[in-house]
Amino acid sequence: MNRNEFMLGIRNGIPICLGYFSVSLAFGVTAVLSGLPAWAAVVISVTNLTSAGQFAGANLIVSGGTYVEVAVSMLIINIRYFLMSLSLSQKVEERMTLGQRLAVAFGITDEIFAVAIQQPRPLSASYMAGLIATPVLGWSGGTLVGAVATSVLPPMISNALGIALYGMFIAIIIPPAREKRSVLFAVLLAAALSSAFYYLPMLKAVSSGWSIILVTLAVSGLAALLFPIDPERGEEKQ
Amino acid sequence: MNMSYLLICMGIMAGMTYLIRVLPMAIFRKKIKSVFVQSFLYYVPYAVLAAMTFPAIFYSTGASTGEGSIWGAAAGTAVAVLLAFLRKGLLTVAVGASAAVFLVQMFL
Repeated sequence: MNRNEFMLGIRNGIPICLGYFSVSLAFGVTAVLSGLPAWAAVVISVTNLTSAGQFAGANLIVSGGTYVEVAVSMLIINIRYFLMSLSLSQKVEERMTLGQRLAVAFGITDEIFAVAIQQPRPLSASYMAGLIATPVLGWSGGTLVGAVATSVLPPMISNALGIALYGMFIAIIIPPAREKRSVLFAVLLAAALSSAFYYLPMLKAVSSGWSIILVTLAVSGLAALLFPIDPERGEEKQ
Repeated sequence: MNMSYLLICMGIMAGMTYLIRVLPMAIFRKKIKSVFVQSFLYYVPYAVLAAMTFPAIFYSTGASTGEGSIWGAAAGTAVAVLLAFLRKGLLTVAVGASAAVFLVQMFL
């Protein structure tokens, strides 16, 4: 365990931890209000570490969904992690052991992935351990507080915090899009297609989990064909 | 609520979510050589984050439940894009966007 790398991971995880706290607080509150015991809400947060999947799963449980429904909705909502995990598998140090990979995989979330992937160098197990530890604390701590207190923040504040995680995503995608037109192309096309899936009559029927997958596959594939990267430098040929 | 039903459902949720995350990490332990696959994976983060952000960000502040307004979210988005364009850090952009939402919701 490299102490500096671990501490750097912890530091980079703090903004994620803060964002997670308010979201998981909301999960704790809604889970308990809808009829789940508080301990179940906390165990679900610790074992799943994901927002949309947990909300959907908890919803299915309290409405008495079948096991197959629970399994399929987890698959559809969380399948984007498959792509993120594939992307991260190429970004971690090649000497990372299988055991370390199995542990790191547990912590792949939208935000942890986003921060990890923008690091300029290969990812070490120590760094990933730190980067995952702080958000896990925020996620399970928020659920615990929300589930136990069941109503804390006034709506004005929780509404305003709802945008925080998206703000982080924007902070990650805009600066490189300023510099590389290939990235700008990918960002604009993905936003446009995703909006089409949300608003257009026929496409609306596709669940948001699937539309994110389809958009990601189409946009990344097209961008890879139009703007192949230089494998030596790991970035686009200009 | 039936305890064994609850526990089995929780087990399925945890198991499926972990399986999806762990398979690629465990299988692809060598660097992939194909330029197309490397390029594809290079663009995945940008595509997935942009697709998740838009248009969901406009409904992230309670507009869908009637508690907040879409104008607050629009203002927050504008502030986030501006701060990100000026290369501000993740936390600054996130807090700036939240503050913009809060102010607009207070005055509208």
